[in-house]
Amino acid sequence: MAQQLRPSKRGSKKPNIDWSRREEADNFANTVKLFRQGKIDQNTFRRFRLQHGAYGTRMTDDYAMVRIKIPAGQIYPHQLEKIAHLSEMYSIGGAHFSTRENIQLHWVVLEDVSEIMYALADVGLTSREACGNTVRNVMCSPLSGVCDKEAFDATPYALAVAKFLLRNPLNQALPRKFKFNFTCCEKHGMIRIVDVGLLPQLREISGEKQKGFKIFLGGGLGNRSFVGHQLEEFTSEEDLLYTSIAVLRIFDRMGDRKNMARNRMRYLVNDMGWEKFQNLVLKERALVRSTQSVIVKLKINDSDNEIKSSISVSNESSSVPDGFARWKNTNVVRQKQKGYNSVSIALESGDISATQLRSIAQLISDFSGECFGRNGFSQNIVLRYIHDDDLTNLYSQLIESGLAKTGSLTMASAVGCTGTTSCNLALTNSHRLSKEIQRKFLELNLDEDDDLRDSTIKISGCPNSCGQHEIATIGFYGGGARLGKDMFPNYTMSLGGRFDESSMLGHHTARIPVKRVIPVILKIIELFKKYKKPDDTLSKWIDRIVHGNESSEINSVEGIKKAISNLLIVPTKQEDSDFYNDYGSDTSYHTITGKGECAA
Amino acid sequence: MCSMTNHDTPIIDHNSLLDEIKKNNVRIIDVRRKEEYEDGHITNSVNLPLAKLLNDDSPENIAKIAGELGISDNTSVVVYDDTFGALSSRIVWALQYIGHTDVRLLDVTFSQWKQLGLETTTKIPDIAKTIHSINIKPEIMATVDYLEKIKDKKNVVVIDNRERLNFLEQHIPGAINIPYRTLSTEGRIIRNKESMRNLLKNRGIPEDAEIITYCGSVGTLSGLAYYALKSIGLPNVKLYVHSFKEWKKLEKPIDKQENASYWDLSAD
Repeated sequence: MAQQLRPSKRGSKKPNIDWSRREEADNFANTVKLFRQGKIDQNTFRRFRLQHGAYGTRMTDDYAMVRIKIPAGQIYPHQLEKIAHLSEMYSIGGAHFSTRENIQLHWVVLEDVSEIMYALADVGLTSREACGNTVRNVMCSPLSGVCDKEAFDATPYALAVAKFLLRNPLNQALPRKFKFNFTCCEKHGMIRIVDVGLLPQLREISGEKQKGFKIFLGGGLGNRSFVGHQLEEFTSEEDLLYTSIAVLRIFDRMGDRKNMARNRMRYLVNDMGWEKFQNLVLKERALVRSTQSVIVKLKINDSDNEIKSSISVSNESSSVPDGFARWKNTNVVRQKQKGYNSVSIALESGDISATQLRSIAQLISDFSGECFGRNGFSQNIVLRYIHDDDLTNLYSQLIESGLAKTGSLTMASAVGCTGTTSCNLALTNSHRLSKEIQRKFLELNLDEDDDLRDSTIKISGCPNSCGQHEIATIGFYGGGARLGKDMFPNYTMSLGGRFDESSMLGHHTARIPVKRVIPVILKIIELFKKYKKPDDTLSKWIDRIVHGNESSEINSVEGIKKAISNLLIVPTKQEDSDFYNDYGSDTSYHTITGKGECAA
Repeated sequence: MCSMTNHDTPIIDHNSLLDEIKKNNVRIIDVRRKEEYEDGHITNSVNLPLAKLLNDDSPENIAKIAGELGISDNTSVVVYDDTFGALSSRIVWALQYIGHTDVRLLDVTFSQWKQLGLETTTKIPDIAKTIHSINIKPEIMATVDYLEKIKDKKNVVVIDNRERLNFLEQHIPGAINIPYRTLSTEGRIIRNKESMRNLLKNRGIPEDAEIITYCGSVGTLSGLAYYALKSIGLPNVKLYVHSFKEWKKLEKPIDKQENASYWDLSAD
């Protein structure tokens, strides 16, 4: 076993930030009691509940979803083990990795939430401000610190911002939720689709290198989505905190608190106009800078990523298991640190069993030179500082745990929000659809197709954007349609979304009945293969089509629509009754939604 | 072996069991498969795979099995398994049901026992067969008729100990769900008393309520719940031993959490 060969035990490293506060668990338990006794009204309770990271559950007041914040996605083995245990005790025997680096426990009895909070405090985690009108989990690219294109590692800054803002009175009752994303480089982060997106950069002043960021403001996905604007050429690291406070203060003061459907900061930016908003931020920042006490600072701790040993843990040459090359090609990224790799574990729609959580905890302890994992933003987890010589050994062990799915870094790993599995707003089972797509892609070996590699599929179960469909190469959001009196689930497909330096939102192309979604995707791939240029990729081809720059026969979204039209013919229920059922259901489809809580 | 003790909280911690093994004061039952038992077991234990009891769990057969294992009315008995205490709970309950009073559940599983570095052996003890009488304790069992009659009454709580997804899909109307995993703690088959009390308090279950536990088929998971409740001395707990399998077979009403595809969240 690998751990016996290990030169030094690295698995015991502990986090240096404790995010928890145990008394919040007791307070939550008591408040639930008061609510059940009718001493607290529904709205007050809901705000309280969300502030503490417990989200409502589909069609019931008896259950909640507990969203555990993992700042910068940095998670330690003992924390994964604790979450595994909690998932068996209070949830469905498994957990869910979200698109914002949180880990969620679904279908938790509301009265048990406090027990989870209490137990999370044992390992320094919290669900505080994971929902509600607060600063949500501060994200950081899972490759920050190892990416060869980054200026410097943004992780300590993401952690410091998260620490500074958690429980900070400044942002306890914002007009709406607020999101920070840090990245390593343009390619590996989502900095233009959030309220505050940050890209590290260096500049030289009289021979000295200065750290700073490009800051993008006012982006966001939702019923109306916007791409963020760059505040200024260079924001120095000293100004990171002042800028963050300034933006939060402006949003707190000027954000729309009445119209819940359009009160994210992006609407404020849009209504006011970027230049005006930009000036306001710069002025506010000057004010903040001059009025904040000098002791208000971000505590940047650079020590986390010191890799103590560079020795591999496998000193015997194990045989290469079947499928290793495919797995390595589609799940592994070489790090800038010579001899090391980052391994992305592919899950299905982010779902993971308790046993698998424990396996990952063990594998991090055994194989990762930094001894923690990094949650990604496509419902995955990344194990980093894996030595070249350990990859085959790690792969063998992933096979044993059922975690060796290929295609994690490819189009095959579709993202799907929770949909009708637990969300009140969902109209379709987007969660299951994304699993079905992934299975089909792996079955057809499409994860190995380099032409598809940089494309993405993302699915939301309603027009809101938890599944981030607008930034996908092929995105879908769910709704219902009918033929006569018979309803069927129907997805709106958008094409050409992207979240890199040319961020743009996908073009709505067509409405696709649920059982035709996979055939349509495969048809699009078939068309691409037919018309592609040498060295073309699917995303480049779609890009040209949506921009009207494609010269072949299919040169517009209308062209695509026409080419797939025969797949969109709706049969009668007598002809094909399965057509009318959503995935995961054998009964007639009908749309039912409860009250959304994003805005509560 | 003649202590004739009536244990209010029928759980024994492993250190006390070590003492009793030394004193040769106890009959230990290992509820695992025969091969596992033969591979190694706690000193002095005898083997009783649960299937042997479930083949015929009539009081007469339970008494016969007890006699064959050298357990008479006054024998002090301790039971363990390697299935988080659920199988051993079912055996403890069966013995209590036929009137055996001095029987307890070991607070750790066999794996945990080994992790603690405690002694095991492959030696199989000699058993002197004996006779066990039958003195039924109806107050610890709920039949389907009884459950139906009482379940909607005030201060009665029906607890389903299956996993959450199974519960959401179908359960006895009015039941609440405490999955069996909720009852354990790291390294012990049952939570400590304070945290068990806290769980009930959070859930609003009064300690003087009449509580009926059930699970999927034969009363193992709910047997564990029975003893978790007994561990804090609750006076009025019953095991619906034939559980949901019988309830369904008799086509009794069933509740379901509707309009949600929760199974699709499972990674298993």
